[in-house]
Amino acid sequence: MTQTLLAFLPFYPLISFLLLIGFGQRLSWHLASTLSVGAMALSAISSFIVINQLSTQVPVINVHLWEWFVLNLNANLSDVTPAKINFSFHLDGLSAVMISVVSGIGFLIHMFAAAYMKGDENFSRFMAYMNLFIVAMLILVLADNLVLLYLGWEGVGLCSFLLIGFWYKEKANVLAARKAFIVTRVGDTAMAIGLFMLFKELGHLNINDLTATAKTFWVAGDEAPYWIALLLLGGAVGKSAQLPLQTWLPDAMAGPTPVSALIHAATMVTAGVYLIARMNGIFLLAPEVMSYVAWLGAATLLLAGIAALAQNDIKRVLAYSTMSQIGYMMLSLGAGAFSAGVFHLMTHAFFKALLFLTAGAIILALHHQQNLFKMGGLLKRLPFEATLFSIGLVCLMALPGSSGFFSKEAIIAELWSSTTAGPLLWYCAIFGALLTSIYSCRLFFLAFMGRRRFEHELQPSTSQLLRISLLVLALLSVIGGVFANTLTLSLSALFPVLPSDPINEPQWLHSVAIVTPFIGIIFSWLYFADYRAVEPANANTFQDKPSVFVTFCRQGLGFDALYDLLLVKPYSMLARLNRRDIFDQLIMLNAWYVSICHDVLKSSQTGKLRWYAAAIGLMTVLLLLSLTIESFSRGAS
Amino acid sequence: MNITLVMFSLVLGGALAWYFETIRTHSARWFALLTVLLVSGYFVLSLIIIETDFSTLQLLTRISWISSFNIEYALAVDYLSLVLVSLTLLLALICVLVSWQEIQTKTGFYYFNLLASIAGIIGVFTAVDMFLFFFFWEVMLLPMTALIAIWGHENKHFAALKFFIFTQVSSLLMLVAIIAMAAIHFQQTGRVSFFYQDWLTLELSSSTSIYLMLGFFIAFAVKLPSIPVHSWLPDAHTQAPTAGSVLLAGVLLKTGAYGLIRFVLHLFPSSSSDFAPVAAVLGVVSILYGAKMAFAQQDVKRLIAYSSISHMGFVMLALFSFNAIAYQGAILTLVAHGLSSGALFALAGVVYSRVHSRDLTNMGGFWQSAPRMGGFALAFAAAAFGLPGLANFVAEFFSLVGAYQRYPLLTIVAALGLIGSAIYGMVFFQSVFQGDAKKDSSGEQVSITDLTARELLVFSSLLVLLIVIGIYPNLILAFFQDANIALAIANQAGAL
Amino acid sequence: MSAIPLSHILILACTLFTIGFIGVIVRKNTLFILMSLEVMLNAVGVAFIGAGSVWQQADGQVMFILILTLAAAEVALGLALLIQMQRRFNSLDIDLLSKLKG
Repeated sequence: MTQTLLAFLPFYPLISFLLLIGFGQRLSWHLASTLSVGAMALSAISSFIVINQLSTQVPVINVHLWEWFVLNLNANLSDVTPAKINFSFHLDGLSAVMISVVSGIGFLIHMFAAAYMKGDENFSRFMAYMNLFIVAMLILVLADNLVLLYLGWEGVGLCSFLLIGFWYKEKANVLAARKAFIVTRVGDTAMAIGLFMLFKELGHLNINDLTATAKTFWVAGDEAPYWIALLLLGGAVGKSAQLPLQTWLPDAMAGPTPVSALIHAATMVTAGVYLIARMNGIFLLAPEVMSYVAWLGAATLLLAGIAALAQNDIKRVLAYSTMSQIGYMMLSLGAGAFSAGVFHLMTHAFFKALLFLTAGAIILALHHQQNLFKMGGLLKRLPFEATLFSIGLVCLMALPGSSGFFSKEAIIAELWSSTTAGPLLWYCAIFGALLTSIYSCRLFFLAFMGRRRFEHELQPSTSQLLRISLLVLALLSVIGGVFANTLTLSLSALFPVLPSDPINEPQWLHSVAIVTPFIGIIFSWLYFADYRAVEPANANTFQDKPSVFVTFCRQGLGFDALYDLLLVKPYSMLARLNRRDIFDQLIMLNAWYVSICHDVLKSSQTGKLRWYAAAIGLMTVLLLLSLTIESFSRGAS
Repeated sequence: MNITLVMFSLVLGGALAWYFETIRTHSARWFALLTVLLVSGYFVLSLIIIETDFSTLQLLTRISWISSFNIEYALAVDYLSLVLVSLTLLLALICVLVSWQEIQTKTGFYYFNLLASIAGIIGVFTAVDMFLFFFFWEVMLLPMTALIAIWGHENKHFAALKFFIFTQVSSLLMLVAIIAMAAIHFQQTGRVSFFYQDWLTLELSSSTSIYLMLGFFIAFAVKLPSIPVHSWLPDAHTQAPTAGSVLLAGVLLKTGAYGLIRFVLHLFPSSSSDFAPVAAVLGVVSILYGAKMAFAQQDVKRLIAYSSISHMGFVMLALFSFNAIAYQGAILTLVAHGLSSGALFALAGVVYSRVHSRDLTNMGGFWQSAPRMGGFALAFAAAAFGLPGLANFVAEFFSLVGAYQRYPLLTIVAALGLIGSAIYGMVFFQSVFQGDAKKDSSGEQVSITDLTARELLVFSSLLVLLIVIGIYPNLILAFFQDANIALAIANQAGAL
Repeated sequence: MSAIPLSHILILACTLFTIGFIGVIVRKNTLFILMSLEVMLNAVGVAFIGAGSVWQQADGQVMFILILTLAAAEVALGLALLIQMQRRFNSLDIDLLSKLKG
């Protein structure tokens, strides 16, 4: 029973996807949304039932659907067992967390999306893509082997592409979609190479056995796990928008807001975190890569925090904040605190989905105005949305009591004495927390306080679907912290406890971590006084004339320009220069040569009889002469 | 199973179509369709009935033909030939269907050429007498040239000539090699023989063998095609009528790969193993160069043509990696690429029939008016860039995993082709179907008719096959599970 | 009979041949070209007869008769073509006949 439920988990949305794609144009809004949201509800319910079956007695549930293919390197050698790659699902503590987030949050966002996108001419296509995304994401987290995981991995990438470019008539959206796909594809390719390497070294790709096999093959610090972990990390940074492949995420905000909430905040972008947590067996054998993970995470969280400070688009602020929060997760993974990272993944999914969806509701009410400088004073005018948004921000800033507090504190607490992280990264994390609270406050002041700066009348949505989904998410964000114990318990079997030395930690660590966000709030209260004032002291406050430095930060600290210069431009220039295909030109040289010879010989064919006669005569004379000379010289010798 | 009957009926059907078109217009396409359907029906039926194990070559026919040189009419099949013949017949059906409206002049003669070419291709896949093989090699070439030269687009004569010269020059090398092999057989046994299985037992000195191997290799590399002798392909594909492109990409290129497997690897195991690094490098260069060139193209069909070059690079790399996984990957690539590139060319043909242009700059925003076409385009582009769940992914994955066992560094470089393919796939899909809808001269948005029922049938059948093979590749791989011939031979030669 | 030295005969033949050949090349009028051709043929004939008499063989004279016949046939054909040419082009300029130009 449980197994059947698990087996069907990804297929409800798949069926809904097929129906919507096949007959979408003919379905009414009611039918289409019932179908897609209903499929999600089925998935969510069955995933909760299945997760409840997990216990200490039944730590994993496996279900085998069918054999995909067999990698049989050498049929002549009987001692090599062929590696079976199956369509099989594997549910354990980690994937349980993931499917509950994916199907649960996914369900709520589907509800929201049904209301948000009502009236779009391609509504059913939109819901179909969302369903397909859930299918791929569920396969990704449930896969029992890395190839199936890769299937989900690429599948979510394709859906992300489709949904970013959903409003395909805008050139900018199309380009953003292309960029997202290609940049993540770079990471995916690294990951694929990692898979080839893993298979060559270990002879199979089963997730469950990898850790065990890896331990028998390698010891910590070997070269093979180093490279493999590095390549897998490449895949993870691509998907999770971490340095150096982070540039696609801000542009991905071109998609409809529910997409940003579902794919670019709650689920897909955390796939990289999931991958590293899943492959912890390999990563632990490569301590250097673990510290790379930590440093990349720290660098990303700082970079994204700084970039978020300079944005003027509400969704881009949230996008950079997502990058920075995933940076925390990576940092935590790199420090060996896997469960803390996964816990933050979950709470982040709650509150970031809430933030994005509320932002979506606000944007909808403002007639698709996303510019923060054109908002202001929304606290009184949209009290419902404003309350929910502030709940989200409180969680994001990790104020005590909120879900974000529990998870972020759990991460920060592990950093100081971790062997792969250390005090320096602890300071980075604290500084990141400060940045987080500053940009959150800036966002809040700009959007909700100060004077009204938008022109049109507000049109808040009254849809119950929309409100219910927001309320549930808000509830989850507030109480998310209570899952901490269950989560740690269910994950404890998966992640080894690393040796650490908490005795050396100074006493003030915790207090500093708790106080930091408040410092940020106080600082912003003073520094951004103009933003929250109804009559700002400086009249030019809302003119948005950014200085060079602000522009630089707003554009993501120049990474786009750098990649454009280093990769995109040379590639397209190479393509343009060689459009005619150099090899073809070389081969056509033959043709050119033949036709040149043809022209030369043709010119002798004058058609004048007398010339021919003269040529015959001349040639005869020459021939006779040469013969004579030859016979003379032969006679002489 | 009677392959002779299959080939004969195809030619006969073509001739009948030609004849009856003169009596009644539009009868030719029905004749062609009927012929292909009947022949495919017969073929499938006999596949079901027959119980022979085809994991090694099974002789079907062997009749003396030119007795003074011991030339025979000999046909034999194994699973490799059967899979490729099935693919050929399937694409023949697709070809007839996509030509349905497109061909308006000399229709009868067109279908005759089409069917004759298909008969020739089937002959290539089944002949085991080398002279006969060469004969079929030419038989498939001539009607194909005619297809391009008569029913092609604006630059058809040039393209047809280029195609013809490339193939002819390279097959001349093969002819020389064939004759030399027959002569060597005479030296060793006192009897001239063109029979394939006789040749397998020949013992060649390594220096002769490398030259003979190169003779075959070049002929097949041109057909495959591989860098640097690929340049006939973009021209031929671009100028050919839709069915011609489908046939070229879908099966004609596969004859090159088939030749590499059947002749180069089997007849000259040790010299091909010596030569393997060069071939593998050629494969990798083809992958990357093809992907890069595809990105640079403005012409839809040229873009797809270069993507074919890129995909065939995977075949080359995999075949010369000498292991079972790579070998299976190569065979699966043949099938998957046959389906996906055939579909892409058919799609380009459909778009051409609507907008009468192949230029990407004249397209854009077609999703608005033709969502179904866009959906299929996306699916086939996704197949081209190896989206998991479609057949091409499994094929590429096998090829690369296999190749990695032997050439780790080269494979890593080859894997960059995955990025390249994503780039051109996206450029193709997005510039045709996304973006703002193009305006025509009067300022109206260009809107195109969505797929008709006939086109829907063509594309959905191809897509279903791609998906089915993609999630259940054992459908094909099951036949090659223990048939790791290439590996066995390389082992014998002490290559591994 | 004091024998004329062979070299004299050959010099005469060569001179005649060259004159004829130059005539063929430089004259535009087809009639003159035909006449120059006759001169060339006769030069060859002189050489044959001279050689025949030097070696006391009849073959040289036989060849001359053959050449004579050939020349007669050639003149007949040539003049016939000449008349045709005159009719078609109203001219005897050989350079007008250049249809075989490459």
